[in-house]
Amino acid sequence: MTDTAWIDAALTSARPQAVGALVRYFRDLDIAEEAFQNACLRALKSWPHNGPPRDAAAWLIMVGRNAAIDEVRRNRRQQPLPEDDQAVSDLDDAEEELAERLDGSHYRDDILRLMFICCHPDLPPTQQVALALRIVSGLSVKQIARAFLVSEAAMEQRITRAKARVADASVPFETPGAAERTERLAVVAAMIYLIFNEGYSASGDTAETRKPLCEEAIRLARLLLRLFQGEPEIMGLTALLLLQHARAEARFDADGTLILLEDQDRSRWNQKMITEGLALIDKAMRHRQSGPYQIQAAIAALHSRVEKAEDTDWRQIDLLYGALEIMQPSPVVTLNRAVAVSKVRGAQAALDMIEPLAPRLSNYFHFFGVRGAFLMQLGRNEEARVAFDRAIALANTSAEAAHIRMHLDRLIRDSQS
Amino acid sequence: MLYAILCYHDEDFVGSWSKEQDAAVMQKLAGVQDKLKKQGRLGPVARLLPTTAATTLRKENPPLVLDGPYAETKEQLLGFYLVDCKNLDEALDVARDLGAANPGGAYEIRPVGTFVPGDALK
Repeated sequence: MTDTAWIDAALTSARPQAVGALVRYFRDLDIAEEAFQNACLRALKSWPHNGPPRDAAAWLIMVGRNAAIDEVRRNRRQQPLPEDDQAVSDLDDAEEELAERLDGSHYRDDILRLMFICCHPDLPPTQQVALALRIVSGLSVKQIARAFLVSEAAMEQRITRAKARVADASVPFETPGAAERTERLAVVAAMIYLIFNEGYSASGDTAETRKPLCEEAIRLARLLLRLFQGEPEIMGLTALLLLQHARAEARFDADGTLILLEDQDRSRWNQKMITEGLALIDKAMRHRQSGPYQIQAAIAALHSRVEKAEDTDWRQIDLLYGALEIMQPSPVVTLNRAVAVSKVRGAQAALDMIEPLAPRLSNYFHFFGVRGAFLMQLGRNEEARVAFDRAIALANTSAEAAHIRMHLDRLIRDSQS
Repeated sequence: MLYAILCYHDEDFVGSWSKEQDAAVMQKLAGVQDKLKKQGRLGPVARLLPTTAATTLRKENPPLVLDGPYAETKEQLLGFYLVDCKNLDEALDVARDLGAANPGGAYEIRPVGTFVPGDALK
C-alpha cells in the first residue's frame, strides 16, 4: 500500500474518527483540522517507507495531537522545538496505548459530534452540507465547488462563513445523554439526506459531476449505522439512499433528459445496492418502530422489487404515503400520494386530492407537472396546457423543463390528430 | 482437502475505495481465481454485503436477535452455511433451527452481495 491513492483511501476512512477525537481534545474545529492536516502530511512521508500503521486513525490522532501541541508551544516560545522525528519515533507503543484508550463510546460520540457541529440550526441547509463535506468527508473546496456548480472562491467563502458561525456557537462537548443522542442522530440523518439530495436532484448534464455527493451520503449513512447498529430510522435512511441511488444509471437518457421511474430500463438498476437496501429494510421492520425514512424506503423498495412498472403495487404505495402523511404532514407528501391514488382510483380522485394544495404549492414545479398530467388523463387538454406552461416557468433544471415540454408536445400532437 | 479462505479487512478503509480502486482489486483477484478455476480447484466465492446489513442470533435460550455483526472475540469462527432465503425472517428461522440443534455461541446472518458458484467442486 505505497501508492498515494491507497494512502488517500486510508486517510479518508480514518478522517471522521481522527478529526472527531481531535475536536474533543482541542475543542476547536480549526486547530483540530490543522492538526489532522499535519498528521496527514507526516503520514504521506512516513507510510510509504514504514508501511501503514495497524490503526491508522489512532496514529493520526496521536501525531496530530503532538503536532498541534508543538504548534501551541512554538507560538508561546516557551520551550525549544522538539525534533519532528523524535515525536514519531516511539509511536508504535504509543499507538497501542492510544488505541486501547479510544473506547467504543468515545469513538461513536466523537463522530456524531463532528457531524452534529455541521448541522447548526443557524446554518442554511446548503452551508450545512458544504461544511459537512469539508470537515467530515474531507473533500477539497475544489471538489465541493464542482459538485455544487459554483466557483471555488464562492465555495471557499461559504465554508469560511459557515465555520465562523459554528465557532461562535457553543458546541456541546460533554458526552450526550440518551435523549440528546437520539436528537443529534435525527439532525445528522437529515443532513446526510440533504447531501444525497444535492446529488440526486441534479439534471442530466450535471448528474455525473454530482454523483459523488450521493456516494458520499451513502458512505456517511453506513458509517452512522455502524456506530448505531440498532437504530431502525438509520437503517431506513441508508436503505432509502441505496434504493434511490441504485437507479442512477437508468434515470437519464443519452441527451440528459430525465426518464420517469415507470419508463426506466430496470435491467440497468444496480442489483447489489437493491439487495443491500432490502436487507436493511428487513432489519428495520423487526423493530416495529416505524419512521419517515423507513416508510420512504419501503416505498422505494416496492418499486425496486418489481421487474415491470405495470406490476407496481400502487395500493400499498398509497397506504404507505398515507402513513407518511400522518407522521410528517406536508403538501409535498400529499402530492406524491396523489400519484399513487391516480393509479388506484383514477385521475379524478387524484385531482380532487391535490386541488386544496394549490395555495401552498403555487410556486412548486412538481405540483403543476402532476396537475397537468392528471388533467391530460381526464382529457381536459386546455387546462393541462396552462398547468404545463406554469410548470416550465417554475422548472429548476433544464431536464425538468424538457420533460414537461415532452408532455406539451404530446398535447399538441393529440389536438392536431 | 477443502480449505476455506476467510477474508478480513478494515471495512471503513475498503468502503473508502473509489469505484476504480475497488474494480482494480476485484480484477486482480479474478486473475488469481481464474488460475484456480482452470485447475478445477475453485469452489464458491462470495463477497458479503457490509456489516451494517448483518444480524446476529445469540444461541441462548430463548435465542436473542441483535442488530449488527458478531463482535465478540472469545468465540472462534468454526463454520458457515450458504442458504437461499426470501428475507431476513426466513434466514433467522433457519438459524434458530440450527441453534436448537447446537446451542451455545452465535450465528451472524449476513446477506451475500456477489456470488460466484464455482463449478469445480460439484
